[in-house]
Amino acid sequence: MSTDIQTPRSGKIGSGKIAPQYRRGTGSKGNFEMFAWLFMRLSGVVLVVLIFGHLFVNLMVGEGIHGIDFGFVAGKWADPFWQFWDLAMLWLAMLHGTNGVRTIINDYAEKDATRLWLKVVLYAATVVIVVLGTLVIFTFNPCPVVNGVQLPGGFCPAP
Amino acid sequence: MPTKPAGTLYRGREGMWSWVGHRITGVVIFFFLLVHVLDTSLVRVSPEAYTAVIGAYKNPLMALGETGLVAAIVFHAFNGLRVIAIDFWKKGAKYQRQMLWTVLVLWLVVFGAFAIRHLSLALGGH
Repeated sequence: MSTDIQTPRSGKIGSGKIAPQYRRGTGSKGNFEMFAWLFMRLSGVVLVVLIFGHLFVNLMVGEGIHGIDFGFVAGKWADPFWQFWDLAMLWLAMLHGTNGVRTIINDYAEKDATRLWLKVVLYAATVVIVVLGTLVIFTFNPCPVVNGVQLPGGFCPAP
Repeated sequence: MPTKPAGTLYRGREGMWSWVGHRITGVVIFFFLLVHVLDTSLVRVSPEAYTAVIGAYKNPLMALGETGLVAAIVFHAFNGLRVIAIDFWKKGAKYQRQMLWTVLVLWLVVFGAFAIRHLSLALGGH
């Protein structure tokens, strides 16, 4: 005579189903946490390339940090390649960083209200920085003119 | 006294300390990123405003700060790749310790090269 021993936390024997109270990922949040976890890994790989490239081109070649001024930025953003590079870096790094800090807040802030407010501040900062950075990349003017007068230090084409 | 269960990844020793290091470097990088987007945004204000704030990055004390920041970035990058290997590679958890030492050697090489180049440029007078 044999006895079936039920798998811990399982539903009916042989059903292959997990009892509802032990099932993961059926809450109102859906698969959000899984996608956040996956996003950290995917964006991380891309960010290694983007940021190492950023550091190398800006700080290692030529005169390094001494070469960085308004004209340097203007020269880079004249090229859609660097506009896209910096835009991708901005969005991926901000979302990666925001999700990292969100995880840390969830880990260490024990009161519900504290967690909520820390995350409100975090998300507000993220939105401001991402929107600001995106606008700057796309509305950048290498040769700014105010009231018909060119601002000093601009990167203007020869007349 | 209870002993540590075999095969834990994040409790004690290399696994835990690399996790601590990953968190701390991550937070440092995030706060720098906020500031860095703000300082770069000054290109939209005026060429002079941007050049003035970038001038602050060129003083020797800031050069040390930048070098520290890159130390954090390089560790976070290589250790992040190690975390990915632990999660997705079948033998990742088994070799996590060896991978951490690989991360530290790579960190030393890449960060060392950066520090020599950046500090000689930044402190070398111009």
